[in-house]
Amino acid sequence: MKKTRLTTVLAMAAVAPFALTACAGGGGGGGTGGGSEGGDVSSLSILDYYNNEPDKSLVQETLDACATELGVTLERETVPGKDLIQKVLQRSSSKTLPDVLMLDNPDVQEIAATGGLSPLSEYDVDTSGFSEGILEAATYEGEVYGLAPAVNTLALFYNTEVLAAAGIEPPETWEELKTAAAALTTGEQYGLALSAIATYEGSWQFLPFMWTNGGDETELDSPEVAEGLQLYKDLLDEGSMSSSVINWSQGDAKDQFVAGKAAMMINGPWQIPSLNENPDVTWDVVQVPVNEEGQTPVAPLGGEVWTVPVTGDDARQAKAAEMVECISSDENQLALAEARYLVPTRTELADEYVERVPSMAAFTEQVANARSRTGQLGEEWPEAATTIYTAIQLVLTGQATPEEAFEQAAQG
Amino acid sequence: MSTTMSSTGTPDAGQPQTDEPRRSTPPAHPRRGRFSREAVTKVMFVVPAAIYLVLFFGYPVVKNVTMSLQEYTTRTFFTGEAPWVGLANYATVVGSQLFGPAMLNTALFTIGSILGQFVIGLALASFFKRRFPLNGFLRSMLLLPWLLPLIVASATWRSILDQDSGILNRFLEGVGLIQEPVPWLTSPSVALIAVILVNIWVGIPFNVTLLYSGLQDIPEELYEAGAMDGATGWKAFWHITWPNLRPVVSVVLVLGVVYTIKVLDIILGLTNGGPANSTQTLSIRSYQESFVNFEFGVGAAYSNILILISLLFAIIYLRANRRAVDE
Repeated sequence: MKKTRLTTVLAMAAVAPFALTACAGGGGGGGTGGGSEGGDVSSLSILDYYNNEPDKSLVQETLDACATELGVTLERETVPGKDLIQKVLQRSSSKTLPDVLMLDNPDVQEIAATGGLSPLSEYDVDTSGFSEGILEAATYEGEVYGLAPAVNTLALFYNTEVLAAAGIEPPETWEELKTAAAALTTGEQYGLALSAIATYEGSWQFLPFMWTNGGDETELDSPEVAEGLQLYKDLLDEGSMSSSVINWSQGDAKDQFVAGKAAMMINGPWQIPSLNENPDVTWDVVQVPVNEEGQTPVAPLGGEVWTVPVTGDDARQAKAAEMVECISSDENQLALAEARYLVPTRTELADEYVERVPSMAAFTEQVANARSRTGQLGEEWPEAATTIYTAIQLVLTGQATPEEAFEQAAQG
Repeated sequence: MSTTMSSTGTPDAGQPQTDEPRRSTPPAHPRRGRFSREAVTKVMFVVPAAIYLVLFFGYPVVKNVTMSLQEYTTRTFFTGEAPWVGLANYATVVGSQLFGPAMLNTALFTIGSILGQFVIGLALASFFKRRFPLNGFLRSMLLLPWLLPLIVASATWRSILDQDSGILNRFLEGVGLIQEPVPWLTSPSVALIAVILVNIWVGIPFNVTLLYSGLQDIPEELYEAGAMDGATGWKAFWHITWPNLRPVVSVVLVLGVVYTIKVLDIILGLTNGGPANSTQTLSIRSYQESFVNFEFGVGAAYSNILILISLLFAIIYLRANRRAVDE
């Protein structure tokens, strides 16, 4: 009897590793196990953060179209935006990364640096023709790790009715912006709304001013950046902007605009669907004003990049790369951009797109010159972004002058 | 608190029923066998609680301590490699410009919140001791802040405290208390006060509930006897209520400190640590280092400092509790 027990234990011990590796293998394929053995991939798992309608369904349409084209079924999981990175980190430590992973573009380099993503050059994915900014965001140590079908950026929205009534043209320079905002501030209505909150959102909204004026995140204590801060401060001091902006998200800025409490706002095209829900508010968009005439407005590039995580299964990864390529095909770029008010990333599609959606002209032009946040600093970007929003807050609360703000903020 | 809950909770898990009839049967088993069976039973009672403790308290604490001694970044999650860096993370924490203000804000936030919660809580508890119509209904209404998810509460308060259109400023202006709107969440000198006020509102139900039950435990005869000797109103409160309530008070205060010192969601929801870092506390720093900057080692160091401080108060609580039991 003793002997049999011993053999049982031994047998179990011998089998255990197989059971464990079987789990790990299944997990490596994103827990799908859809008959992926032998290179014939029949399903792909996808993780993204489009968890709200209408984006969720609009993206699903593109994904479905690509799945049909590739002859695979999809297992898609969507999580709230702020949970995505935590989810990705958890899944990389448990080796259950999905086959196709969507990442916000400033996060791509951070995740690529962990070794969790595979470069698209391994699968001969054609990355030519894409706008430089978005490729820059998706590039880590010379390799492109993902593609974005369509992107967004920031511009100046204005209430056409209010500006027309006041006889004011949409501002093109900072001076005009200040004059216009002051003139448009009456009663309950401020001239301008923007987000200067103590999160990356606040930093992102400041970038058009900083970059357009020649400022750079590698040299935050330069006079060009300080001038941008001075503009914020002037707008606040003149009462053209609520002092609550330091607590406003971009959604809050949009709410103020819709409620008629702001005549203009800095915001992105993703607000257009909810603006359209309020037909009383008539609006239009121009590029973000520049400091001096002749400067080119440079805004930050927003949007999500589709990547291929390292799951350890070559066949699946190759299929996933095809998926990523398909999502960014010309046809899908135009469809996604049109449905979600974004701008296609292939530069040659711009003209065709503006023809189809004239209201996106200002954004399309803005995107052509847009920069990625991580292009210069890569993984160091979060640190710079923290310094930027801290400096903005110090200036707007009167704790520091624009000249000394960055030095003070950088010490945090 | 959860430790006592788990250890009293686990024996209900079916074990006693199967054991009871056997013990009542005549001593058919040899003495030694029964002894060991009893010992096994005893151990079995402890095992679930012990496993629970090790899994859900031991592991996270140990993990947190080791993490704070490592360079634990996003890379670690994929490669599993986290080089040991000794106390470097703690040096980063203490050397940070925000450490001093965060410590001070944590102290101010905790003391301010506890003071407000306790005084208002005690006043309300004494008030509800009286008999009046709708007493029970009002008392249960008072628990509402507790039922509301904190993130919902803080979003609501954010709009209440809005400088331009917030209902609080509108009200204060309406009744003529203020001329200019108060920059509740937008001025670095006011924001911490605003955050404390909201946290007081959140903590009142906890204080009222515990203090009210403490008040119920004071025998009515004491007041009757006191009244004969002329101790009524404030005198009765100081000489009868307060001394009898002391054990409950110490429990309420110490638990309050432990709960308040780690408050995260309310501050995140209201100010996110701003404006201009004026509402940074240790827990906000820990959260931001870990989940915004992805410096998990530094974040863990912050939270360990927080744990140490809480531990100090937990020890005070245990001692106070033991004394209360001895009495």
